[in-house]
Amino acid sequence: MKVANFAALALFAGLLIYAASGLPNRGDPTAVLHRDTSPAGTPSAPSYYIRNAYKDAATPNMVTVILADYRGFDTMGEETVIFAAGLACLLILRRKRKNPQGEIEP
Amino acid sequence: MHWELEVTLFIFLVAAALLALESRNLLTAVVSLTVFSFLSALLYVAMGAVDVGFTEAVVGGGVSGVLFVVTIFKTTRTCRD
Amino acid sequence: MRDYESDDIVILVSRTLSPFIMLFALYVIFHGHYSPGGGFQGGTMLAAAVILIRLAAGMDIAQLQFPRALGMPLGAVGVLIYFGTGVAAMLGGGSFLDYAYLPLPGAAAALRSLGILFVEVGVGLAVVGILVSIYDDLLESGER
Repeated sequence: MKVANFAALALFAGLLIYAASGLPNRGDPTAVLHRDTSPAGTPSAPSYYIRNAYKDAATPNMVTVILADYRGFDTMGEETVIFAAGLACLLILRRKRKNPQGEIEP
Repeated sequence: MHWELEVTLFIFLVAAALLALESRNLLTAVVSLTVFSFLSALLYVAMGAVDVGFTEAVVGGGVSGVLFVVTIFKTTRTCRD
Repeated sequence: MRDYESDDIVILVSRTLSPFIMLFALYVIFHGHYSPGGGFQGGTMLAAAVILIRLAAGMDIAQLQFPRALGMPLGAVGVLIYFGTGVAAMLGGGSFLDYAYLPLPGAAAALRSLGILFVEVGVGLAVVGILVSIYDDLLESGER
């Protein structure tokens, strides 16, 4: 059983390494991801962000501008998910405490 | 560019993951998962994704380890299979 | 927690360390415009500083620092700050979360920078409240 587990693990690791060998090199300017235009010929979003992030928001950190301004709805959904997780933990895990008279306090 | 550093980090990463899989003591597993998180944060920083690395170090190495430890103290400490 | 005994050295070290973690967390939140970081990371570090005191000194003493009933309302206030920023931009004439139309004086780029700051503070408050609340709920779930 243990041999089968590790064989499956090694197989999956080999698959991931084989898939990763097809990725472009890091920082390669000719890769499809980093080109100024998409393969269909339309202007791509990352180059717009890199050129205009400081002009649009007067903030040097581009990642912050993308997370909080260009993709503000995304961060809003993330925060709502965290809030829902906390609410679920509160509703499931929190017990009602009994005071000495035996009445249940909320 | 720093491929020696990254290969070393990857080796330690795989070692931490295997230790987390194989240890009977769940506290050891949690500690090695924290080590795994921190090593992957270092890898992200070495790859240039500083924000992602920061998030990974803070969340994976700080808070999730504490939550796992609390859960272990609430339940049982050794794994049975 | 089960089999728990508070230790003087642990309490001393965590009491010394916790304010510095909080200070660095505030730096991470408010300096997120210029360096890596932001609301989520800073809020998580604030929650880690609060949880450190709870782990070291126990729930009864840590209530003095951050009461148990404060976690979830703080999270709700953080979410409300985020949504309120979006609605304020709507009141100023733009679309939801378009910070250039916030009803404040200033150029569009400066207003966007200010809106990002509001949003980061909201995310940080929500994360610190909710993480501490999850920790408290986990800790008191088995007791009766």
